[in-house]
Amino acid sequence: MKLINLIVKVWRQENETSSGSFQTLKSGPISTDMSFLEMLDVLNEKLAKVGKEPIAFDHDCREGICGMCGAVVNGHAHGPENETTLCQLHMRHFNDGDTLVIEPFRARAFKVVKDLVVDRSALDSIIAEGGYVSVNTGGAPDGNAVPIPQDTAEQALDASACIGCGACVAACPNASAMLFVGAKVSQYALLPQGQPESARRALDMVRKMDESGFGNCGNERECEAACPKGISIRNIARLNREFIKAAIISYEK
Amino acid sequence: MKLDAKIPEGPLTEKWDRHRFNSKLVNPANKRKYDIIVVGTGLAGASAAASLAELGYNVKSFCIQDSPRRAHSIAAQGGINAAKNYQNDGDSIFRLFYDTIKGGDFRAREANVYRLAQISNNIIDQCVAQGVPFAREYGGQLANRSFGGAQVSRTFYARGQTGQQLLLGAYGALMRQVKEGKVTLYPRREMMELVVIDGSAKGIVTRNLLNGQLETYAAHAVVLATGGYGNVYFLSTNAMASNVTATWRAHKQGACFANPCFVQIHPTCIPVHGDYQSKLTLMSESLRNDGRVWVPHNADDKRDPSQIPEAERDYYLEKKYPSFGNLVPRDVASRNAKEQCDAGKGVGETGLAVYLDFAEAIQRDGESVISQKYGNLFQMYEKITGQDPMHVPMKIYPAVHYTMGGLWVDYNLMTTVPGLFALGEANFSDHGANRLGASALMQGLADGYFVIPATIAGYLAETDMDRPDTDSPEFKEAEQKTEAKITRLLSINGKRTIDDFHRELGLLMWDSCGMARNEQGLQDALKKLPGIKEEFWNNVLVPGTGEQLNQSLERAGRVADFIEFSELMVLDALDRKESCGCHLREESQTEENEALRDDKNYSYVSVWDYGGENKKPTLHKENLVFENVQLSQRSYK
Repeated sequence: MKLINLIVKVWRQENETSSGSFQTLKSGPISTDMSFLEMLDVLNEKLAKVGKEPIAFDHDCREGICGMCGAVVNGHAHGPENETTLCQLHMRHFNDGDTLVIEPFRARAFKVVKDLVVDRSALDSIIAEGGYVSVNTGGAPDGNAVPIPQDTAEQALDASACIGCGACVAACPNASAMLFVGAKVSQYALLPQGQPESARRALDMVRKMDESGFGNCGNERECEAACPKGISIRNIARLNREFIKAAIISYEK
Repeated sequence: MKLDAKIPEGPLTEKWDRHRFNSKLVNPANKRKYDIIVVGTGLAGASAAASLAELGYNVKSFCIQDSPRRAHSIAAQGGINAAKNYQNDGDSIFRLFYDTIKGGDFRAREANVYRLAQISNNIIDQCVAQGVPFAREYGGQLANRSFGGAQVSRTFYARGQTGQQLLLGAYGALMRQVKEGKVTLYPRREMMELVVIDGSAKGIVTRNLLNGQLETYAAHAVVLATGGYGNVYFLSTNAMASNVTATWRAHKQGACFANPCFVQIHPTCIPVHGDYQSKLTLMSESLRNDGRVWVPHNADDKRDPSQIPEAERDYYLEKKYPSFGNLVPRDVASRNAKEQCDAGKGVGETGLAVYLDFAEAIQRDGESVISQKYGNLFQMYEKITGQDPMHVPMKIYPAVHYTMGGLWVDYNLMTTVPGLFALGEANFSDHGANRLGASALMQGLADGYFVIPATIAGYLAETDMDRPDTDSPEFKEAEQKTEAKITRLLSINGKRTIDDFHRELGLLMWDSCGMARNEQGLQDALKKLPGIKEEFWNNVLVPGTGEQLNQSLERAGRVADFIEFSELMVLDALDRKESCGCHLREESQTEENEALRDDKNYSYVSVWDYGGENKKPTLHKENLVFENVQLSQRSYK
């Protein structure tokens, strides 16, 4: 363990309607074993002690699975490490004297609530349009009734590993949610349980994505690079296939 | 008060069937006339809200996070148990029931646990139908793995992300009902108060975390699925927002709290590394299937693990418990780790860790097999510690993980307040004094998908159909009470930060009311707690205002409740003078220093009734009757 000192330039914004600006703070000594959020905790304790308002940021599990945390650090959603959420980013990846620029996830569909906190409820509304299999509780057939090839199950799990953090949207120049939607559509497109609704799902979720103010995919692949769960843009390709299939040949169009 | 657990008559195997037959039903056309509030959107809350809405009830679903998909169930890694016996290895509903009762050290209700084992199979079917991508064999069949406390392979899993996948299934079901208009979602709301009218639960007061507005909601029944209280210890594996506030406020409104001192310490967590640490990270105990636990033979051996030859390593679990080895239940594994560290054999910088070594498994099965099984767990470990478990043994140490105690509920999952139900970790019901691995997901989903939809009808059918009104004085009073408390927190303007108090409380509870307890330590804690409370309310510093997003204010409210609740935990621990489940009561040990249970005097559920501000709570006892299992002293040797 060693200690480093950092210059932190962090976005401060009172609420959705006010205009924000960067505030520059000195971190003081930070242990390289700390997580990024623990570094913010330390800053916040210092701010609180002198009667200033701490930096608001979303976080919960701090294990990289709930998808609650996230900010853009030095231009990278969730910071510079590959496949790492902000809570799992550790300070050993920074050097003494570094400047950290910390901003909220920005997108037309994500309004800033306060400081680094944004409103990502648009992602929930997309899921509500079809991110599920329409099956009521009770009466399901035996779990082994329908065999699913191992690699199919694994691919479905690769897609459903999405934590819904919104980093893909923040990283995309068009603020598109195609990776998010592609992952969910793929999970069910791969599995037999998802087949009956596959056309409607692709059409409805894409429609809702467009309505919510997300942009289109421009093949920049920034989403894939930023995704803390390593979700591949193959899922976008699969979404496109599902969408075209549905738009052209299904009864749902 | 007379506690009635409402356990149905008849043989164990028929109780649930008979009960469902004898319970009143709500006519399908009438279901839309009932409103139900569900607080929490973890496995229990989301599955309950979705299933109740599917039946036709109007559901209001509340969560503290920005989205229902983020509840802490999502972090469960290892798996979910079910008595499918797909492996043909001798499993059965009765065996799962027996293992759970025995694992819980005979402190759970037979009827509830048997029902849980019965329902376990339906859960797997339901989740598969929802498109949960469980791990599969090459032939396409569901894969299983074994878990601590069982000698059969009955755990279903999705890599190390089982909780996430199950929760996303339940969340999908919930969002489908949102789309149908049967569930109204209220994210970023914290429940501040339960509203009781004429003795029955009729609503809640929430704080909208975005703008600080206090809101009131009325319903015919209130379901709490608000999780456990492990964060009382400051450091735990729980998510940062996990708290006791909802259940504690309900307790103060008359819902009795059961077994508050029953806390599970998980043996395989990443060790503490500094004062600034905000939480502990659990590594799934499925790792113990292939990892071997060891410490150096000699105390204070500071060599690098690679420099310690085989002959100087102490594989203490394998040696002490030859038949279960590294797969002993959590409490046994935790206690033994602490024992080794107390004896100076702990490893790492702090000496508070033991090794979990995969070298042998990697040699046996190859890196790719091990990576497929545990890849994401290894990655997670490496991210946090900077070391790769493929090459360097993992370091682990026990940490607070799950709370078996919770609101007391009867067989219908109803608390002592009529109309108030508690599901999942928020209730006390199924795990006795110790929960087995992969059983939390099972219980959360059993309660939500299958139990509450059946049992809530029995209550509603006998309830007045008139919609309760938030204009009634009880709602106003509850709102004012909440407001006063917030105002007070903001006006103290003291010197110490909220985390500072929380850390102090956590340390005191870990030392006095953790894995091992004794009379003296508990009495000391009981003396210190009022002082912490007093100082908190006079010297805490809560920046910001109440009319905005104020995360400090949120934390302050939760810590205030943790401080009050701690006293109940300590009182409960003092009362239970036996070693049991997760806890060693130091005065109650065998000659070999193993935990000694006292069935003659403590075969009961401790049920605490709130006495009022600064008054002692009253202890009621629900005696546990065992008709189907023989009480035995647990032995994993």
